[in-house]
Amino acid sequence: MKILVCISNVPDTTSKINFTDGDTKFDTNGVQFVINPNDEFGLTRAMWFKEKQGATVHVATVGDASVEPTMRKALAIGADEAIRINTEPTDGFYVAEQLAKVVKDGGYDLVICGRESIDYNGGMVPGILATLTGMNFINTCIGLEIEDKKVTAIREIDGGKETLSSSLPLVVGGQKGLVQESDLRIPNMRGIMMARKKALNVVEPVDGIKATTDAKFDKPAPKGAVKLANSVDELVDLLHNEAKVI
Amino acid sequence: MSVIVYTESENGKFKKNAFEVASYASEVAKQLGTTATAIAINSEENEILGNYGISKVLHVKDDSLKTFNAKAYAEVVVTAAQKESATTVILSSSTDAKFMAPILAANLKAGYVPNVVAAPDSTQPFVVKRTAFSNKGFAHTEIKTEQKIIGVSNNAFGTIENKVDISIEDLKVDIKEDAFETKSVEIDKVVGKATIADADIVVSAGRGLKGPENWGMIEELADVLGAATACSKPVSDLGWRPHGEHVGQTGKPVASNLYIAIGISGAIQHLAGVSASKTKVVINNDPEAPFFKAADYGIVGDAFEVVPQLIEKLKEFKAQNS
Ligand SMILES: Cc1cc2nc3c(=O)[nH]c(=O)nc-3n(C[C@H](O)[C@H](O)[C@H](O)COP(=O)(O)OP(=O)(O)OC[C@H]3O[C@@H](n4cnc5c(N)ncnc54)[C@H](O)[C@@H]3O)c2cc1C
Ligand SMILES: Nc1ncnc2c1ncn2[C@@H]1O[C@H](COP(=O)(O)O)[C@@H](O)[C@H]1O
Repeated sequence: MKILVCISNVPDTTSKINFTDGDTKFDTNGVQFVINPNDEFGLTRAMWFKEKQGATVHVATVGDASVEPTMRKALAIGADEAIRINTEPTDGFYVAEQLAKVVKDGGYDLVICGRESIDYNGGMVPGILATLTGMNFINTCIGLEIEDKKVTAIREIDGGKETLSSSLPLVVGGQKGLVQESDLRIPNMRGIMMARKKALNVVEPVDGIKATTDAKFDKPAPKGAVKLANSVDELVDLLHNEAKVI
Repeated sequence: MSVIVYTESENGKFKKNAFEVASYASEVAKQLGTTATAIAINSEENEILGNYGISKVLHVKDDSLKTFNAKAYAEVVVTAAQKESATTVILSSSTDAKFMAPILAANLKAGYVPNVVAAPDSTQPFVVKRTAFSNKGFAHTEIKTEQKIIGVSNNAFGTIENKVDISIEDLKVDIKEDAFETKSVEIDKVVGKATIADADIVVSAGRGLKGPENWGMIEELADVLGAATACSKPVSDLGWRPHGEHVGQTGKPVASNLYIAIGISGAIQHLAGVSASKTKVVINNDPEAPFFKAADYGIVGDAFEVVPQLIEKLKEFKAQNS
């Protein structure tokens, strides 16, 4: 089985969010970039398929050279090879078209993406990618088993979960549950050394639709101070008469 | 060139978010100088949508669509959009809608913007306001393609009554076989309990509760309020509560009217996922807990004392106000 894990390079979850250039651009100053958490769960599940079922695991990122440290980390965790599509990931549709080319050329059986990137929260790349390549698609995936090309997956639904059967080739939009938090791996010295020798192939982009652009950003209005209640009676009164939520 | 809105139903009944997206679609139609048509699958009581500005319903009745199937449902919506020559498709932010929207985007060659919180800033160019960076910012996003898809955030635009005449038309769609290559085998869902996605009130607890054995009072509080229960990430990682209850940046998003956080410190990743809630209440024995900076109301106190008192008080309050 040949697996591609699509990795989005995102600001660390603790980053302060600021904008520059007249609020038209995200300010990357002082921001640490990491593997998108949803993708890290997917990559870790891919390592399970590699170790238990002999799968080959590649990772792909659409981005400029600045994303390479994140890709090296994925290689250090254990991916066999990395592909960087050398263009700005300006819009989800465009990113999906770039990845679709890589998926078709590479003949992958399984493509693991994240449910969403935690930066722009698009939640669209995996679904568009699946549709453009004609592959099956399961989103918010929290469990994935593959035996003889038969797929059993679990997806999160509002208020519970659903078990699905499907087949390869398949794209999933994954999240925590694909593996548990405690299964995540911190690259060790040997992994980091080996990653240096692994291929990080750079390919040029294909033409695509740039469907959306962010014209301007702003930040939520600053919050007023908390009102502290001295008793539950006072709290219930505030919630009823002031906030009008009960 | 009407506006199409996908209105979700369950067991024949529209979900609450159906009325919100219908209201939103009616507003967009007004801005575009056209009308709003709903596409509804296996729903009854379609007339009700007329109360929210919908002038036409395309109703698909099809037993093969009893359970949600993203690809098949997307085919239905594409067919409806083409039939109505619609350029704008509107849907909710439910898990199912977010599953289906990108499939629609690819099929319609449409720009898709999720998590939209307000009526379009302008329609020429077409610009909508959405949350980004997990609620730490907003983007005003321009959709440049002719076909446009808008995913409306839960509980952001609201439901607006606006009664219009409505017509209902049956629509038949021949779904291609390959949609059913991915099939539902089993659905495991709590019934009769509010879900985090559509509850007005969410009661959430964290590591401050010390252990899973102490969740009885959390469930009781939720019961009294008709609320959904949620938890912080470590609580689900420790196995104290099911993973489906984990809220925050890497868990489920919360956009309820009232969010009550008990024994939760208010880490940035937690706040990012719950800050879309309108009113936030914190109960924590540490006055320095960061959640106090993000909350509207709070009590500094021991959860094991405060929560039982709150339950009693709310029971009294309910008895008086019902
Ligand atoms: C990549 C990444 C993603 C993450 N995503 C999420 C996410 O999506 N959601 C999430 O929740 N977290 C997330 N986290 C974890 C987050 O950083 C915090 O560790 C977590 O939110 C803390 O959970 P907590 O508030 O329950 O526990 P703690 O931080 O341990 O806080 C417990 C609180 O309970 C209070 N307390 C103790 N005893 C009592 C008492 N008797 N009565 C009242 N209060 C009491 C304490 O004062 C304290 O404030 C993420 C972390 C990372 C690195
Ligand atoms: N620039 C990118 N390069 C590679 N994969 C990406 C990129 N952006 C998004 N993805 C993948 O698509 C998923 C969903 O992203 P998004 O649609 O941007 O929320 C991510 O979790 C990644 O798996």
